Order: sequence, then C-alpha cells, then structure tokens
Amino acid sequence: MNIIIVGCGKVGRALAAQLDEEGHEITLIDSDEEQLREATETLDLMGIIGNGTSYIVQKEAGVETADLLIAVAGMDEVNMLSCLIAKKAGNCRTIARVRNPEYYNEISFIREELGLSMSVNPESASAAEIVKLVQFPSALEVDTFMRGKVNLIRIVVPQDSILDNMKVMDIGQKVSADVLICIVVRNHEVIIPGGGFVIQSGDAISFFTPMNNVRNFMRKVGVNLKPIHNVMIAGGGTLGYYLARELLRARIKVKIIETDRKRCEFLSESLEDAVVICGDATDKQLLLEEGLESADAFTSLTGLDEENIMLSLYANMVSKAKVITKINRISFEEVIADMPIGSVICPKEITSEYIVRYIRAMQNSLGSNVRALYQMIDNRVEALEFMVNSSAKVTGVPLSELKIIDNLLICCIYRQGRVFIPTGKDTININDNVVVVTTHKGLDDINDILRS
Amino acid sequence: MNYQSIRYIIGWVIMITAGLLVFPCIVALIYGEKEGWIFLSCAVAAAILGKFISFKKPQNNQIYAKEGFVIVALSWVILSIIGAVPFYATGAIPSYVDALFETVSGFTTTGASILTEIESLPKSVLFWRSFSHWIGGMGVLVFMLAILPFSGGHNIHLMRAESPGPSVGKLVPRLRSTAKLLYYMYFILTLIELLLLLLFGMPLFDSVCTAFGTAGTGGFGIKNDSMAGYNVCIQNIVTIFMFLFGVNFTFYYLIIAKKWRDAFKMEEVRWYTAIFAGSVILITANVFFAGGDFFVSLKDAAFSVSSIMTTTGFATTDFNLWPTFSKILLVLLMFGGACAGSTGGGIKISRIMLYIKQAKNEIMQSIHTRSIYSVRMEGKPVRGKILQSANAFLIIYILIFAVSLVIVSFDDFGFTTSFTAITATINNIGPGLDMVGPMGNYVQFSDLSKIVMIIDMLVGRLEIFPMLLLVTPATWKK
Repeated sequence: MNIIIVGCGKVGRALAAQLDEEGHEITLIDSDEEQLREATETLDLMGIIGNGTSYIVQKEAGVETADLLIAVAGMDEVNMLSCLIAKKAGNCRTIARVRNPEYYNEISFIREELGLSMSVNPESASAAEIVKLVQFPSALEVDTFMRGKVNLIRIVVPQDSILDNMKVMDIGQKVSADVLICIVVRNHEVIIPGGGFVIQSGDAISFFTPMNNVRNFMRKVGVNLKPIHNVMIAGGGTLGYYLARELLRARIKVKIIETDRKRCEFLSESLEDAVVICGDATDKQLLLEEGLESADAFTSLTGLDEENIMLSLYANMVSKAKVITKINRISFEEVIADMPIGSVICPKEITSEYIVRYIRAMQNSLGSNVRALYQMIDNRVEALEFMVNSSAKVTGVPLSELKIIDNLLICCIYRQGRVFIPTGKDTININDNVVVVTTHKGLDDINDILRS
Repeated sequence: MNYQSIRYIIGWVIMITAGLLVFPCIVALIYGEKEGWIFLSCAVAAAILGKFISFKKPQNNQIYAKEGFVIVALSWVILSIIGAVPFYATGAIPSYVDALFETVSGFTTTGASILTEIESLPKSVLFWRSFSHWIGGMGVLVFMLAILPFSGGHNIHLMRAESPGPSVGKLVPRLRSTAKLLYYMYFILTLIELLLLLLFGMPLFDSVCTAFGTAGTGGFGIKNDSMAGYNVCIQNIVTIFMFLFGVNFTFYYLIIAKKWRDAFKMEEVRWYTAIFAGSVILITANVFFAGGDFFVSLKDAAFSVSSIMTTTGFATTDFNLWPTFSKILLVLLMFGGACAGSTGGGIKISRIMLYIKQAKNEIMQSIHTRSIYSVRMEGKPVRGKILQSANAFLIIYILIFAVSLVIVSFDDFGFTTSFTAITATINNIGPGLDMVGPMGNYVQFSDLSKIVMIIDMLVGRLEIFPMLLLVTPATWKK
C-alpha cells in the first residue's frame, strides 16, 4: 500500500520502519529537515519537507494515490487537520493520534465528523495494557485473541515449580490440559518450543489458554495469584489519569503521587475516589509514609525514564508489589531487560503496534487474511490470527501431517463460537480462525505457514 | 568502516561486470569472431572471482555515506580494470595503460580515444566500447540496485555517490523502484533512438553503437570520422537525442506521472534549454558570417553544441577549424555540462545556477549590508549544507584541474592541447581542441599523462568526492 506518515518523531519512525519491512511504500512528511534526512538515510522511504497540514505538501507526497495517511505529529490539532485535509484531497483512509483527554473524551464525534478510520491515544492504550497486567499480577504480558476468548500470557517459571524440568508435551497430562506453551525466552534467546523441549525454572514462558483456565493453570504452576486491591501511581500525567480512571472503574483503590499542585487539584476533581498526594515521588520518605511497602502494585509513570527506572528498582527492593515501569525511549533495551523493574510499558511502541495491527486488518479487506497481530518480546515474535477461507491449502489435513515452516506453532482454533487448543490429530476447516505464533515476519496468509 | 559490506557489494559488482561481458560474446557469435572466446573467458573469470569475494554475506549491512563513497569509487576502479582486459587480450590495444584509458573513457562516458584506426577493429570490441558508455551513463551501482534485492534504506548512499548533481533524491519511496524506473526510462529512450536511426537508414550495428554512445552521453564513434559520414537526418536525430539525454531524468518521470506543468516548470531544464538555444544561435551566426552555408552551419552548430553541452563528444565537423569565438564558447560549454540527474558530465547546470544565484546575492548584500537573501532552486530555498558542498566541489574541482594541467604540461603539446585535454577528460566530454580535437586523439600523451587523465575522468564522472575519499587515509583509519 502507499502510506503517508505525517510526523517524523519516534512513533512516526518506528511505524515507518515496521511498515517498510512489511513491504509498504512509505512517504514521510515533516518540517524538520534534519530529522527527515536521518530517516531517509536509514530507511527506504521518501521524505517530503513541509507542513503536514498543507494541501500542497500532501499532494507532493502523493495523497491522491495514497491508501492511508497516518498523522502522528506532536500536536493533536495538526494530526486532526492533516487527516481532514487528506480525506478531502485524496479520499484515503486516515489514522490520527489524539492524546489530549479533552478531545479524546469526544473522540467518537471527532472520528465521525473528520472521517477518521481510527484514532490512537497512546496514553489510554497504555492504561488499558496496564490494567490487563494488574488483573493478572504475575504476568509480564497479557494479550487477548478471538474477541477475548483466549489469552496469551507471559510468566516467569518460579523456582521449585512443577514445570521445572518438564517436557512441553507432558504438560497436558501432568499439569493441565488446554494449555499450549508457544514461546520460551531463556538467556535472551527466543525459542519456539517443540514437544520435546524441557522447561526450566527461570524461563519466561508465554502460553495460550482459555479465559476460564488461566487461574487454575497459574496456581498449579506455583505463580502468586493474590489479587490486587490497591495500586500506587507515581506521576499523575495523562497516562496516570487514564490508568486511575480505569482502575477505579474496576473498583481497585488508587493512590496518585504528583508534584504539581494544580495538576493534583485537577486529578482530585476529576477522579472522585482516588487519593491524590501532592509531593515528590522520588522522595523515599514520602513513598514509605504512603505505604509503598504494603502496596499490591506500583506503577512509575513520571516523565523521566531514569526516574521511573530508579523508582521501580526501589519499589522492587522494599515491597512485594507488582511493579510496572513506563519507559519512553527503549533504546537500551538490553540493559533494561536485566533489571528487576517488572513489566515495561512503552506508549510509543504501543501506539505503533496498534496502528500496524489496524493496517494488517485493513489489508485483510484488500486480500490479506490477518485479523489480529501482536508483536512480542522486542518485536522478535509475532502472534497472528488468520481467517481461513476457501483458498486455504491447509484445510482437511491433520496438523501433524502439514508441512509447516520451522519456528512456527499453530496455537489455537476458533470454530463455531468455541476455542480449542489443537492437537496433532485436529484439522483446520474453512471459516475457522487460527492463531499462530512465529519468529517469521510479514506473514499475511494462512498459506504462508506451509513450507514452499 | 564496514569492510564486510564493502567486500560483499564489490563482489556483486564484479559478477555484474561478468554478466555484462556476455553481451560482446553474443555479438562475436553473430559476426563469427574468434574474439568472443576472450570475452567469454574474461566473463567466466570475473564471475568466479566475484562469487568468491561475495561468498560470505555480511552480518551487518548498514552502510553510511563514507562506505557509500568508497564502494562506488572502488567499484568504478575495479570495473575499469576488468573491462580493460578484453581490449588488451584481443590485441586491439597493445598497451594495458592505453586499454585502461579507453575503458575508463568508456565507462565514464567521456569518449576520449587513443585509437587512430577504429574501423578495422573486431565488431565485438567496438560493441564493448560503446556498451560501456551505456552502462556508465546511468551507473553500474544503480543498475545493481535495480536488479538485486538489496534491502534496507542505507543503500541510498550508493545511489547518492554514483548519481550526478548537488542533491540526489528518489523519484518514488522505494530505492529499488527508483533505480528500476531510471533504467526503464533510460532503456525506452535508447530504444526509441535506435528505432529512429534504423528508420533513417543506419545499419543495425552502427545504430546500436550510436544509440549507446548517445544514451550514455559517451561519444565513442565506430567510424574514424565519428558522425560526419552519416546523412543529415541521422545527424539531426543524434543532435536531438544527445540533448534529451542531457535533461534531468526527473523531467521524464514527471512526464510519465502526467505532471506536465511541473515538468515544464523545472528551472534547471529551462536554463539548460536556454543555454543550448543561445549557444546554437551565436555559433551559427559566427560560422555563417565567417563564410559557411547557413543550413550546414546551423546543423553543425546544433550538433556540436548538443554534443559538447551534454558532454557526449560526437562530431559531424572539425570545430577546430571554426572561428575563435565559437571555439571559446564551446570550451565554456564544456565546463557547464548537462543537467544534474542526467547521464551527462561537467559541473552541471544546477550547480552553475547555484553559483550565479549566490554571486547575485553576494552583490545585493554588499549594497544592502543588513539584508538577508536565500538561494532558491525550483522555487524552494536551498539548504546551507548543499550550497557549502557545491562550493567545495568547485574549489576542489579547480585544484584538481590545475594539478592535472601541470603534470600534462610536461608532454609539451602547447597550451590549447593541454588545457582542452584536461577539460575534455575531467568533464567527460572526449574531444578538445588542436591535437585532441574531434579528428585527433590522445595516443601521443605519455603514460603518466594518460594515468592522470584516467583519474580525472573517474573524478569527473563520480563528482570528485568518492575518488577523493578513496585516497584519504582518514577514511581507512579505525
């Protein structure tokens, strides 16, 4: 597809890199020449210098023949106007990043009136991700597939777990049926395990299981399942606000620590049940005074990555709370990976992931059959949900007889309202939805899983 | 320095050279020449060498501007060294330095020859000479980018280093599509010329070689008298096509994209056309009043201006015999050259425009000392960095020119010959004046002078910086 991206910031560039890899033709618009030059020298795309809201600049970027315009510039107004103009000039689909809560609260109206195909709010999307983590406190990552019927959950296998030294194929008998372990990360290495793979404690495993089996399996594995009743939030920015709102809706107690008094006032006005504390979150005494040691979860969401990492390290030291850290720039991911800072949330990555997911789905209507896409573990693994139609060459054959490419697992099948984890004897039928996990990139049809 | 990537890409360039050497084999097969075996063995040897060098894939294929320059410069040197072997091995050119001179002259689309007797050479050798123009015109690395699926955005550095002009951009988002598109337009234009030449009665072999020579703005003829022996229609067709290949290829892209208005608004193309028209009128008048026939003067003036401006170097007449005014005008046109983004050489019209506009601003600034002026091209302000590198280009260009001139002067062939020899090689034109005029050639120069001119031709084709970086020690330091 021809895609125009307005805004050559972190998100714009991450998106461009991702979409370029997937074979789309990218044109990037930004008024900062230096940024643009850097992007064109590392990525295979065309850069246009200029204001993304200008009709002439958009025309130069080829808006008339573009399939999609993504506006991820710094300002919401710029994004919305860019999309409006693109809609009128090129009649292409548009995606805008809108982060200001004032706009976002009326986003459905804006979306309707501006003809946006999609709007992304990095902070609210991140808040939703954090809420998922809070629901399963021991999970490092939670993704849902098949309209929420099945979860992909990542946990670390604890010491003395029943899973230690167990072969993957024995899990069904010895621990719990309906569980499929699809990714193992050991010493930074990503493995798509076969049946003979032996799990060890300390491995980070990702497994598929239906919603009602999650707790049962985690308990058997020996993972802490204590539900979370109170969450401490350091930093009351936009993300903190969205998170507090969502948590309060789920009846979880929230305590927000924010330095700025005005902001505190706003928070206490708009979040009725939250405890808002005006103070410096990096003040150790304050944290202890406010009960960090007894908190069930601690999220560091201040504007500074370094501060967030420090806070999370400290929280991990003094309490048993589930720790979640927001990091804006994941450029030193190797360093961060070894730190005990719990789950890492990166709003920019989440934004680009949401958009890529939408684009894959959009391609669905143009010939690709991907319904959902999740990228995991620094984008090294993808989980894809495929629709199986009559052109598929994988139907009617038992899975054990299919010649499937290496490093790929068929994880679950959704058929007539029922989700199950397939065994070698099962077959794929037309109209099934199939989830596969793989380290290969850019699959867009179920037939791509076969060896060519 | 990413040595692995450099090695890998060079290996591929050698393999592509091997592939190109197959074409003269085919010609030899058609005409039943035994030289075909020599071309074939060169091709096989190059293919094995290239495969061997590029056997191991680099782990890290990120290259930066520096590597881009080095790869391009090295590729051209290696391409020339390999390309010269058949000339030497077939015995067409007995001295290897001469063979190298001829090959470099071919690939850099200069068209300066050391051969005195051309017509008796085997057809396959003549074909290889002209074919090298066609490859060198658009560039071998651009060709490689078009046909091989090298991934990543870093390869833009390769195209920047090889393509002429002060700022090289893409036509479409993907580099590979851009390279393909360039070769597509190049191929179609060449084909049209070929068909027209055939239509007006030029023999097939002559047409192919002439089309290659025109397309690359090279200028190797396959006749001793260049184009003078062909009929007027053919000469006029060549005039038109030389002019067309000197136009910035973005123009043709805009035409294909049906953006007529934008195409004809291109400032550089307008200047180029204006300079062409002005020069033709002046020279026609000058030659006519010196006692020539009007239509012959017009035809020869148009041909010569087109040939010199686009740095092709074909000739229909010996302009050595023209009045001084015409000769001086032609020498000046040699420096200006063709448009950026064309297959022509020289300083390029767009740089000349930048210099003139800067000079104008400087003058205005002296009058209104507090005024701020910006240089504009195609209606857009030009970045300081581009101006800076364009200015640096001119200074280094003059320095290299001066040093070369001094070295060549040892041969003691007089001022006009020495000066125009360097002018004609560094600007990739071919013929100069006096001894190196359209009917003369470069064989008399000493080997030292020839080597200097070989370097000048490469420097001119790659626009100085890649060759300069190749010999700068700091490039290779860790």
